This record gives sequence, structure tokens and C-alpha cells, in this order.
Amino acid sequence: MSIKLGEVPYKDRVQTGIEDDFMRQAVSSAQGRFRNGRLTQAAELGNWEDWRELGSEIRTHTLQNLDYYLQQLSDNVARRGGHVFFAETAEEANQYVKNIIKKKQAKKVVKAKSMVTEEIGLNKALEEVGAEVVESDLGEWILQLDEDPPSHIVTPALHKNRQQIRETFAKKKGYTGSDTPEEMAAFAREQLRQDFLAADVGVTGCNFAIAESGAVTLVTNEGNAEMVTSLPDTVISVMGMERIVPTWEEMEVLVGLLTRAAVGQKLTSYITAITGARLEGEIDGPEEFHLVVVDNGRSKILGTEFQSALHCIRCAACINACPVYRHIGGHAYNSIYPGPIGAVITPLLEGYDDHKELPYASTLCAACTEACPVKIPLHEHLIRHRQIIVEQEKKAPTAEKLMMKGFAKWSSSPGIYNLSAKMAKPALGPWTKDGMIENGPGPLKDWTDARDFYAPQGQSFRAWFKQRQKDGETS
Amino acid sequence: MTIENREEFLNKLASRLGRERRTEGVERPQWSVTPQEEVFKGMNQDELAEVLEKHCQVIHTTFKRTDRAGLTKVLQETIEGYEGKLIVTSNDPRHQEFGVAEFFEEAREQLDVHVWDPAAGKENQRIAEQADVGLVYSDITLAESGTVTLFNNKNNGRSISLLPKTFIAVIPKSTLVPRMTQAAQQIHRAQAQGEDCASYVSFISGPSNSADIEMNLIVGVHGPIKATYILVD
Repeated sequence: MSIKLGEVPYKDRVQTGIEDDFMRQAVSSAQGRFRNGRLTQAAELGNWEDWRELGSEIRTHTLQNLDYYLQQLSDNVARRGGHVFFAETAEEANQYVKNIIKKKQAKKVVKAKSMVTEEIGLNKALEEVGAEVVESDLGEWILQLDEDPPSHIVTPALHKNRQQIRETFAKKKGYTGSDTPEEMAAFAREQLRQDFLAADVGVTGCNFAIAESGAVTLVTNEGNAEMVTSLPDTVISVMGMERIVPTWEEMEVLVGLLTRAAVGQKLTSYITAITGARLEGEIDGPEEFHLVVVDNGRSKILGTEFQSALHCIRCAACINACPVYRHIGGHAYNSIYPGPIGAVITPLLEGYDDHKELPYASTLCAACTEACPVKIPLHEHLIRHRQIIVEQEKKAPTAEKLMMKGFAKWSSSPGIYNLSAKMAKPALGPWTKDGMIENGPGPLKDWTDARDFYAPQGQSFRAWFKQRQKDGETS
Repeated sequence: MTIENREEFLNKLASRLGRERRTEGVERPQWSVTPQEEVFKGMNQDELAEVLEKHCQVIHTTFKRTDRAGLTKVLQETIEGYEGKLIVTSNDPRHQEFGVAEFFEEAREQLDVHVWDPAAGKENQRIAEQADVGLVYSDITLAESGTVTLFNNKNNGRSISLLPKTFIAVIPKSTLVPRMTQAAQQIHRAQAQGEDCASYVSFISGPSNSADIEMNLIVGVHGPIKATYILVD
């Protein structure tokens, strides 16, 4: 897998999402719960805007000195007995990890949930060298068994219902129990416990690396990242290069913002900071630790007007606030990063060619910007994307281009305009009911699929106004 | 230990940022706001204990409070409640200090207590995996989030609070601080003075849980299924 999920066209993806009633219900209820959680936490603190300001200042300073902090981080990881590999591309990162797997002759790899390893397609790469890869986050495990991509960055299996999950467990793992979440989770615990104990290598992402210590901070509720980093003898952490803070003091602030903004918790059940290899006499933790720092297009964003997009701490608050995500769901974005932040960073990481529709998957209502705990101006980035798509890339959606071209020609000729204003009413007559068009033909269809359209009145505004003036004179 | 491709990678970042590489002299600025300092500011240990107790309800954790003399009895009841036969615990001087070592000695007919032993190697993990109860002492306790902080080391393995079915943390009242801010400051100050942090720093807030199936909260996933905090005055 890469950032892009597949080849299905945007309109079809949106249609699939809109027709998926279970998914839409699940998304809407999840959004409500996450959003309420965040708002309750913010209200409890009372000075949420100060917290956001602090988060924003920390991220700004860190990104502006990213080379310095990454150097400090890597020095400290090495000092604590770890290896560090800087990977410019996904291929380089995957190759490095593959080499470790081969060298260790590893049969089984357990993974904790990580967006960056999804992004670079690490699982597929590891399977190529014959390793069995087991996702250990419950949601990710369900998706892995079902060979389905995540649809939300915090609850990846949001689009699946319990019956589907039970079927997957039954088909792939011989599960015979009921579809109650508790029973299925207990089954997953039992199955995955064996995987944790048998794994040769553990792979994690990284929520925040701490430069001053060389530590990697992991945030989970299930305790799976703790298993992955405690039991195998080799641990590899993969981090997007921007996922770093100067000291423990900034880590603390950002973790608190993350857990509050993501799930409305003060802290998740497990926050773990692991540093290098285990020390002499220690039993838990790896004897060999690797940190892979991934660029994969991020440096193209650095130093540009989009730099603040790299401030993202992957909390999904913007996704949970977005009215468009609410209706079309995560898969419609065709990116492992959905929602407003996905619409901002996907085109930056992979270019506009495949993702030119994403900046339009927004109402520009700015709910995302308001929700962001580190104050990324998401909707402004989306507007800027649209400008670039239209002005520089000449890649405005075809319908919009045709419409604009046609409109320019049509409206600049008074004769044609007046004639069509008169003709529109009888022409659209067959689709008109009580002055409204509910299922319009041709180019109107896109509009009337979602809402009704006022039927034309048979005269232009100018004609109407002229008539009104005349009436006024005579009365 | 190897560091690969660093110079090229970081030079590129500096160039994207439109300046020379920064290899020294970067200081954190004075942040314009510090809301983290204000939370529960000025509260005494008893007030913080109340905050902790209240938050334990949110994180599905049983909260008990006792004093040094009552600890043994509360501990015994809690272990019984968890049907604990096999206990795994850290090799911790606080066992003596709180009279827990004595309790283990007295209860040795009923309880099989494994004290973490670096010399026993991976056997420690195997026992922890079978254990009914993992028992540890909190190093720093965060009132706001109901969090037990552990500096894991060779005498206090990470597995103790992770692999057993249930988890008991003894919380000396003196370890209470308002929130994670104070723990982070403590680790940062030590690091700045050249004292390395533990290879594992664990912030644990109650039992493991997940909401990955239809957003239903399930308590007890990969880590312990139940947790009890015992605050000792």
C-alpha cells in the first residue's frame, strides 16, 4: 500500500460512500462522540485557546529547527545503543527494514498501529522477504485479516460492523463465538498474545521522538505498542521526520493535546517512551533498536507556504469535525490520510495528478481549522491548493473548466443570454414540479442528486427589473 | 552504533529552510503562554488525592486508600478479589519500607510471589505472562489523568504491569503531582544534568481498553483487564 488506496475515480468513491448507510451512520456517531469528547476536555481546561497557542508555538519552533533536533535525536539514539537510518524515500526505508529482517532471519513481525508504515507500504515489503506481519492494534488487525484499508486514522475499522468483523474472524481465524465486541476482543487478545510472544521483530511508528533523550514516545489504549516493544529482541521504530519535539516538556504538552483532541481522554491508558536498546541486566525491551527517519516527500513541504501542514500531530480532530467526511467517509479520499488534513497533505506528498479533487472535498466552513489543536489553517491551505490547481497546474475538474468557459462565452453575449433565460423555463419543463427541479438532466444532475434546484422563471433579472420599473411608473 | 545518510538528509532540510545547517546554539524560545503550569496549581497532597480518586472512575480503575499499617490488609483483599495465586512484582526496596515483604512471607502458603530477578532472564517474562496479578509502586503519580509513572529498569521489568491479567499499583502519597507536566519537568531536569532517562518510561492510566469495534468501549485488551490503585498515606 502507499498513500493512495486505489484506482477508482473520485466520483465513484464518493458515490460508494454516500450509498453506504452503515458507514455513514457509524461515521456520524463517531464524529459526534469524538467531537463531544474534545469539546468537554477543552471546556474543562477552560483556557483551550492558550493550549492551542502553545501547541502551535512548539510545532513552529521545532519545524524551523528540524535539522538541529533530528541531529540531536540521532546522536542520542546512537549513544543509547540504537541505530538510526535516514530514508529519503519509501523504498529506502523499506529496503533498510527488509535487510534487518533478512539478517535476523525473522519469521514473525508484530506491529503497533502506525500511519507512516502504511504510507510507505512496509507490510507488503516485509512479506516480500518472507516474513509474516501481524498488525496488533485491534482495528488494524481486523482490517489486515479482511485486506481492507483504514478509513480513519484513529479508529481505522470504523466502517465495519460487528457482523462483518465476526465473519472475518470466523473465516480467517476459525472464530466460533458471538458478535459481541467483548467476546471478539477477548478472542483477539488470546490470538495476538501468542503472536507477541513468538515475534522475532517488533515494528512501531512514533508519536513523538524526544530529541534531548533519543526517546520514542508511543500512545495507545490497548497496550499493544508496549507488547511490541517489550517482548521481541529486535525493535524498529519508523517515524515521519517531523514527528519530533525538543524535550520531555514539549512531549508532555503535545501528548495531552493529542489525547484530548483525538479521543477526549486526558491521557490514553498507555504512554510509553522507549530509549535505545535495553540496558545491561534488563530483560524487557530490545537488544537491538533501530530508528528509521522517513522523508518521503515531506521535505518538499518544508520552507513553503504549506509548512504548517507538517505541524500535524495526527489526532484526527479535523476529520471528526468535517461535514464532508461525515457524508463520504474515509475511503472516498483515496488516501490513507483522509479528511481535511488528508486533503491538504496528500497532494503535497504525492502531487496533484492523482489527488486534484481532494481540495474540493470541503465546504471551506473552517470547522477543521477551529478544531485543530496546533492551529493549522487547514481551510486556508485548501483554498490555496485550489488556486494552484486552477492557475498553475491547469487541473481544475473538467466539469468546472467547461462550465466556466461556457459561462464566459454565454454570459458575455446579451442576445444569447436573454434568449436562453427565456428558453430555460420551457426547456426544463418536463423536469419541473411545483417550481422545483428534483432530478435534473445533463449537467444539472450533479446538483440535483444532492439538492433541489429552483426552476427558471422565464425572464432574466434585468428584464424583470425593467418591467418592475415600468410598472412603478404607470401606477 | 550506526547513523546512516544523516548529513545529506539534514543538509537538504537546511537548504529547504533556506539557511545554513544548524548544529548548535538552538534554544527553545520562551513560550508566550504556559497553561500547563496552571492546572491544580497550589493544591496540597490531600487535594490531589481527591482529584486522583475522582478520575479513577473515568478510567475504570478501583481506588483504595489506606495508611502504612493498613496496607497489608488492603493488598490481601485486592489480591483475593482478583483470585490472585501467582503474583509478579518488582525487586523494590519499597517492599521493606511498606511492610509488603513481610506480608509476602506470611502469605507464602497461599501466594506464589515471583520477585523480578535479572539473573533469571526470559523466565521472568514467562512467569509474568502466567501471573494473575502484577504489583508495582508508582514512581510519580499524576492526579489529573490517574496515571502511574514507572521508570522501568533491570529490577522492575516492563512486563510486570503489562502481561498479568490484573494490575495493582501502590501509590505512596508523596509521589502525587498535579499532572504530567511535573513528571516531564523532573525527567528533563535530570537529562539536562547528564542523567539519562530510563530505557522504558511508562505512563499507565488504568487497564487497557479499545473502542475499535463499533466504538464500543471494551476494557481489557492486550494489557491487564482490571486495575486497582492503593494510595498509602
